[in-house]
Amino acid sequence: MHKFTAKAGLAALAVTLSSSVAFAQTEISWWHSMGGELGERVNQIAEDFNAGQDDYVVTPSYRGEYEETMVNTIAAFRAGEQPTIVQIYEVGTGTMMAAEGAVYPVYELMEEYGNDFDPSNFLPVVTGYYTDTNGNMLSMPFNSSTPILYYNKDVFEEAGLDPETAPTTWAEAEEMSRQIVESGAANCGMAITYTATWIGSENFSALHNLPYGTMENGFGGLGTEFTFNNETVARFWDDLARWQDEGIFVYGGPAGGSDNAPAFYSGECAIYMGSSASRAGVLANTDFEVGFGMLPYYDDVDGAPQNSIIGGATLWVLQGHSDEEYAATAAFFDYLSSAEVQAEWHQGTGYLPITQAAYELSQEQGYYEENPGADIAIEQINLNEPTENSKGLRFGNMPQFRMVMDEELQSVLAGDKTGQEALDSAVERGNQILRDFEAANS
Amino acid sequence: MQTKRSIFTNRWLPYVLLAPQLIITLIFFIWPASQAVTSSFERQDPFGFRTTFVWFENYTRVLSDPSYANALWNTAVFAFGVVAVSMGFALLLAVCVDRAIRTARLYTTLLVWPYAVAPVVAGVLWWFLFNPTIGLLPYILEGFGYDWNHRVSGGQAMALIVIASAWKQISYNFLFFVAGLQSVPASLSEAASIDGAGPFKRFWTIIFPLLSPTTFFLMIININYVMFESFGTIDATTSGGPGQSTTTLVYKVYVDGVAGLNIGSSSAQSVLLMGIVIFLTFIQFRYVERRVNY
Repeated sequence: MHKFTAKAGLAALAVTLSSSVAFAQTEISWWHSMGGELGERVNQIAEDFNAGQDDYVVTPSYRGEYEETMVNTIAAFRAGEQPTIVQIYEVGTGTMMAAEGAVYPVYELMEEYGNDFDPSNFLPVVTGYYTDTNGNMLSMPFNSSTPILYYNKDVFEEAGLDPETAPTTWAEAEEMSRQIVESGAANCGMAITYTATWIGSENFSALHNLPYGTMENGFGGLGTEFTFNNETVARFWDDLARWQDEGIFVYGGPAGGSDNAPAFYSGECAIYMGSSASRAGVLANTDFEVGFGMLPYYDDVDGAPQNSIIGGATLWVLQGHSDEEYAATAAFFDYLSSAEVQAEWHQGTGYLPITQAAYELSQEQGYYEENPGADIAIEQINLNEPTENSKGLRFGNMPQFRMVMDEELQSVLAGDKTGQEALDSAVERGNQILRDFEAANS
Repeated sequence: MQTKRSIFTNRWLPYVLLAPQLIITLIFFIWPASQAVTSSFERQDPFGFRTTFVWFENYTRVLSDPSYANALWNTAVFAFGVVAVSMGFALLLAVCVDRAIRTARLYTTLLVWPYAVAPVVAGVLWWFLFNPTIGLLPYILEGFGYDWNHRVSGGQAMALIVIASAWKQISYNFLFFVAGLQSVPASLSEAASIDGAGPFKRFWTIIFPLLSPTTFFLMIININYVMFESFGTIDATTSGGPGQSTTTLVYKVYVDGVAGLNIGSSSAQSVLLMGIVIFLTFIQFRYVERRVNY
């Protein structure tokens, strides 16, 4: 008898053990580049998802800036240690798309494991950037932003300008900046992030409906070539150098320019052009009235303003994981694209609402009425039906190319080159980078 | 050259004793170096799916690239600047400390501190001091009517990385110079002094030549430091800019390989860099050492 119960006990134990194995939660890793406040929100999203069901656990981990996360991911992939989900910035898109063996396209993943996933729910300006030539969505939109203009209303008022009117053209921006500096209301007029790249040439070209490269800005294939060395961009770069000499624009450094945000926060510069996702940071770090506006344009250029393009990042799924892990990923993506999660993320960060539903929900909640200026980014990106020149960029080795752009703009600002000379040289060097990428990927 | 011969009774003991060092050298130096040599002949996509053997294409392209010549020139300027500034100041300080009698120890301790600072931290420190927007030094310089903005001016950016890299290295050089000075017999300069030689004359004709082994050793160490270890300082202060004016050879290896994901070109550059350093060290031993008095 005793023996029997012992056996039964063992059997019961065995059953519990095996069932606990069967019900073991599947854990997936998510590498991202959201530091500070944004990082906390990412953790919150993962925590809420984990708490909402019992099967899957998403573990986010911060891997440094976008560039570092991408490099780390590639190194990890080569070592067979890659995460399931990784956040890659938009300039890395070309490289990721070409890495067919490394990436599990999101449309395939969602077809296989997803639950009524409909790509058409997403805003076309966002998904357009991340779909292949057949219209398939390759990565999961997550945080997309577009550059907008922030200005210091207090300084505007002090300088005798109308604090409710943001500059709309570069001529106005120049004039207002001059008035601000001359009146002593602030030491500098404009601080512009991504002076050479995202704002100063990429969005600049889209807004003026000018091509950045051949083959639909690179969407058409790897054979693309840069063509942005036109007189309008050259004019803008020459203007930047002139404004710098006059003291109405201050260069904040390469890439994003680490000096730009502090210069605006401290009241040193009156106008700040940066990502719409800087909204939370701008509001948290300033004690003056902040106004919002769209990026300026040259009003004597035909077709301007067209529409701006996005930046930010998407989530890529990597190859080399188990079915359970992919099922977990699909479930997480379902959760992530729900209107509630998206609306909260959009409102809390200033990133664009990436689904139509999230945008409508935010409207219903009265978010845009309570927060004037929060919809500027959405308006600007939907200003006109996107053309071939304004639906985005897709070039391989883009991180390397952007460094070339920074270098060339620096030589204009140092007075070594004219805008045209610098752009011609950037195109030549950039095309070399594109040919390298083409050679390595075909 | 003296040779010492030790007799081991156990045949294997010497190998066992050598093993840890050999294994570390193999795993961390020889193996990666051989990988670099291999991939310098290849073209590869970032994820490593497609690898093509391209013979010397990476080398020919690097060598015909004007930005490589630019990096070579920057490295020469940077190396000269750092070696001159760090060894000059170190020698000056060492001579001063050598003369101080009571407080020599205290000064020595204080002067060694910067060496404990990691290159990146040193870089950030100087980045703060020289930051065009919030830095203290540009503010002071502005008072003298000098406009400091190393984000735009290449010359100023070079000065900044020379100062930041040299500052850290002064401590190291200083220690060796102090030790070197202590080994110079006092009787020699006393004798010279009786013969009527002034302090400068004594220094240049007696002490400095006797210091030459230390100076020679430090020169090699400093050039190696400039070639390889200065990466952290440059990355934290100027990131190679503006317009590549502070991109040295080692920084270019990083930019092309890690940021640009062009592994072939980056490997070719690191092999070339290795060659340059070997060549320089060879030249120094072959020609400079002959003039050194041991």
